[in-house]
Formats: sequence, structure tokens, C-alpha cells
Amino acid sequence: MSTKTIEEKQYLIRFKADKKSHLTVLDHDVCMTQCPDKICTIFCPAEVYKWEGLRMQVGYEGCHECGSCRIGCPYQNIKWEYPKGGHGIVFRLA
Amino acid sequence: MSEKFDVIVVGAGPAGTSCAYTCAKNGLKVLQIERGEYPGSKNVMGGVLYRQQMEEIIPEFWKEAPLERPVVEQRFWMMDKESVVTFGYKGLEWGVEPYNNFTVLRAPFDQWFAKKGIEQGVLLITETVVLECIVENGKVIGVRTDRPDGEVYADVVVLADGVNSLLGKQLGYHNEFRPDEVALTVMEVINLPKEKINDRFNLEDNQGCTIELFGDSTKGNLGTAFIYTNKESINIGVGTTLSSMIKAKLKPYDLLDYLKTHSMIKPFLEGGESAEYLAHLIPEGGFHSVPKVAGNGVLLVGDAAQLVNAIHREGSNMAMASGKMAAETIVEAKSRNDFSESSLNLYREKLYDSFIIKDLEKYKDAAHTFENHPQYFKDYVPMMNRAASKFFTVDGTPKREKQKQIMRSITGERGTLKVLQDMYRAWKAVK
Repeated sequence: MSTKTIEEKQYLIRFKADKKSHLTVLDHDVCMTQCPDKICTIFCPAEVYKWEGLRMQVGYEGCHECGSCRIGCPYQNIKWEYPKGGHGIVFRLA
Repeated sequence: MSEKFDVIVVGAGPAGTSCAYTCAKNGLKVLQIERGEYPGSKNVMGGVLYRQQMEEIIPEFWKEAPLERPVVEQRFWMMDKESVVTFGYKGLEWGVEPYNNFTVLRAPFDQWFAKKGIEQGVLLITETVVLECIVENGKVIGVRTDRPDGEVYADVVVLADGVNSLLGKQLGYHNEFRPDEVALTVMEVINLPKEKINDRFNLEDNQGCTIELFGDSTKGNLGTAFIYTNKESINIGVGTTLSSMIKAKLKPYDLLDYLKTHSMIKPFLEGGESAEYLAHLIPEGGFHSVPKVAGNGVLLVGDAAQLVNAIHREGSNMAMASGKMAAETIVEAKSRNDFSESSLNLYREKLYDSFIIKDLEKYKDAAHTFENHPQYFKDYVPMMNRAASKFFTVDGTPKREKQKQIMRSITGERGTLKVLQDMYRAWKAVK
């Protein structure tokens, strides 16, 4: 079967999640008060960011480490680091 | 780990490994540091690897490297919603030695390549993140890793840390990218039996085909999509500049599914099994985005130096060539025992004198032109499709009259002057 949803796509990938997030929303108030589009919840290719009414939920465990959120956040409100060595996404093919 | 090396290479992609391999082959003591579980585990590429630059590092690599198929056909699709205008070239000379390019899967390929470096004497350590360069008196003298007591020293540190190059930014060699300087690309590897791939793409066993798609493949946004044939799988992907993705409020995976279920593409994938989903940024800022590439005790190579020619989908070849140039520079610097910026600037000269910067310079205005003038992807591709449909539909209209109708419909839609301006602008951007 070819995948249809992002959940199905993410399910194909091996992740070795660290206990600690490598992505940090610096100020949740900025998301709430200044960012009506919450554009990171749209362009993030792994749907890592989900708006939960009051704060941004960051599902770092499924992150592809592409860097889009750091560059695309209109308020530079995301602190972006690499996961600890050997952790994070593990591509097996391409 | 407080030993001193001649060279520390950060990253085990094509740029880093080309550099590490060449340095070690020339007798230098090389430490290569990779943050992933293995080389390739963090690396993503659509899948075309060019022969020339790889062969300059490992002659006849195709005899042992894990490659997929030699590409014998390159197709270009100008796609509309229910139609496509195609253009391409198939040549059997590409199917025999010395070949032009190959499709590859990067995880196996990068592991193989890194192993070749180890055989030359490179010390590779994986699962280690380089947190920062150690700078003393304005000179990079080593790196600090996330291992306990993880400081290591070298005469030269080569940053092959990929598109995000946090280390290059820390050194102040480049600023954070703007969203129009990077392309966000997502892809899937879809398993399909070999016979089906051969039948659907009109190929034999050791022949590959690539298709680059423009127009509706990105819903008219600035970007491209691709379909590449592996031995027993297909890579299908799509990307646009991050700025276009933001402006159009596109979810990249929705765009990928739109492509996969497009009436022009669906038959290729029928019955396929998705095996992996990958997202990655491509540095597409081109000439104007290339950072400072040489400093005191430090060089930047590959994606970290923004060396990608988006128009020709060349990147890994530039990575390899730049890695090799960096290595040759370091070897010369070692003979002078001078690792200052002026000594290492030889790398910059080599780079600017090569096809890499010459090609980036040729297309320096292309991305900017197409980003600011969306009509090329949004309007002209559908126009071309309508024109082809009209011209090839036999309905009793004399051909000369048809030509007139087509010209009228094109100039009528945008105005003659606008069309001429558009053509001139596009020509100027890529000439």
C-alpha cells in the first residue's frame, strides 16, 4: 500500500528518540498572540508542531531534522539543535 | 580524545567523505565525525549521483559501489491537471562505461563511501554531534563534541555539516537563511517489482530513467517534482522554496500525495508499497548565498557552503568536487605548515575557478526571477498544454489557422508585450 496520511508516512521511519527535545518554542505567548497563521503547523513535513489552543505542542520524536521550522518561523521563536549523537531520525534508504 | 589530528572533518556525506578520503590518501591524519548512527542515516537526496566527480575520487567506483541504475533516459514534464507536455533524451551511450549518472539510495551509498575512507586511514566516529568549533586567537583549532571530554584538535577543521551548517553560522560565515534560499523537499521510496519498473518506464534491467516535473506537480509553485527509478523501487518527491510553501500554505506531504495520485503519475505507482518517507532542505540560494568558505584553520564544503545548482539538480557532485579541492588545499597548506586564512584561501580560488562557482554564477538570478514572477510555473505550463492539445487535435481546422489561434490565445491571455517581457526575462536569468 502506498501511504495516504502523514501518520502512515511517519510510521515507515525508524526513530531513536532522545528523552529530551532538541526543539524548543522560546515563547508560547508569541505563538498565541502574534502568529494567527501558526504556519509551522502547516509547513513542517512531519507535523511536529500542533497548536493546542494555549500552547504549541512539539512532537520532536518524529522530527526529520530538516531545519524548516527554524528558518520558516516568522518570529524566530524556535530554538533548533541537533538531537544528541546517535539519536533522532535514522534513514535506512534514501 | 584530546589527541591532535591534521584534519577534522565534520560530517560524513559526499563532501565530508570526499575530503576525508583524499586527505587520508595523501598521508594526513584524519578524524571524521558523524552525528548519525551511521553515515547516511541523516542524509537525503532525490537520488542522482553523477559519475565524473565521483570517479575523480574513486576510479571505476561503479564496479563496487552500491548503485541502483545507470540513467539512460532523462525526461522533463510540463504538467497540467489532466495533461502533460514532455521532452527528454534517451541514449544508450549512458548505459555503458563510463556512464553519465546513476540513481542511488544514499544510506547504503554513504556507508560504502565512508568505508572507503576508513580503508585509507580515516578515523570515523559516529553518533557524535559537534557542538562548536574551538576558536583561539581568531583561529579554529579544534571542535567540541557532545561526548564526555569531547574536545579534539587539528590544524584544519572542515565543515561538511550539511545544509543547516550550524557551525558555519556560529563562526559568522553566514547568516540564518531566508525562506526563499532553501527548498523544502519531501519524498517517498516506493517498492515495486523490477519487472513492473522495466515495463512502466520502458527499461531493461540495468537501465534507469529520471523524470523532472514542472507545473501542476507543485500546484504551480516555484519548485519541481521528480520520479527516479531504482532497481526495485521508485523515489518520488516534490519540493518548493520554503517561502512558496509558506505563502501558499501548503503541507508538503499533502503536495506529495497530490502528486502520487495525479492522473498522469498514478499508473507508474500502482501496486507499490511505500518503504520510507523523507524530508530535507536543499540550499538553493545559489551564487549570492555562498558564504565565506575559508578562514583561519577552517574550510566549508558541500551543502554547508551552499554548493547546489538547483536548475540542473546538481549537488552531490559539487559536494564531492569541493571536498576534494578542500583536501588538496590542506595537503598544500601542510607542506607549507601554514593554515592561516591566506594559505587556505587557495580552496576559494580553486572553487571559484571551477565549474561549481561558474555554474552558480551563470544562474545567479534564476531563483530570484522565478520566485518573483510566478507566471512561468503557474501560467505558462498550462498554456503550453493547451497549445499542444489544440495543435495536435485533428478537427478540420487548417494548421496555419490553428497556429494563429494558439498565438492569439497566448498573447490574448497575457498581452503581447507581457509575453515578450516574460520571455526576455527568463532568457536573461538562464543565459
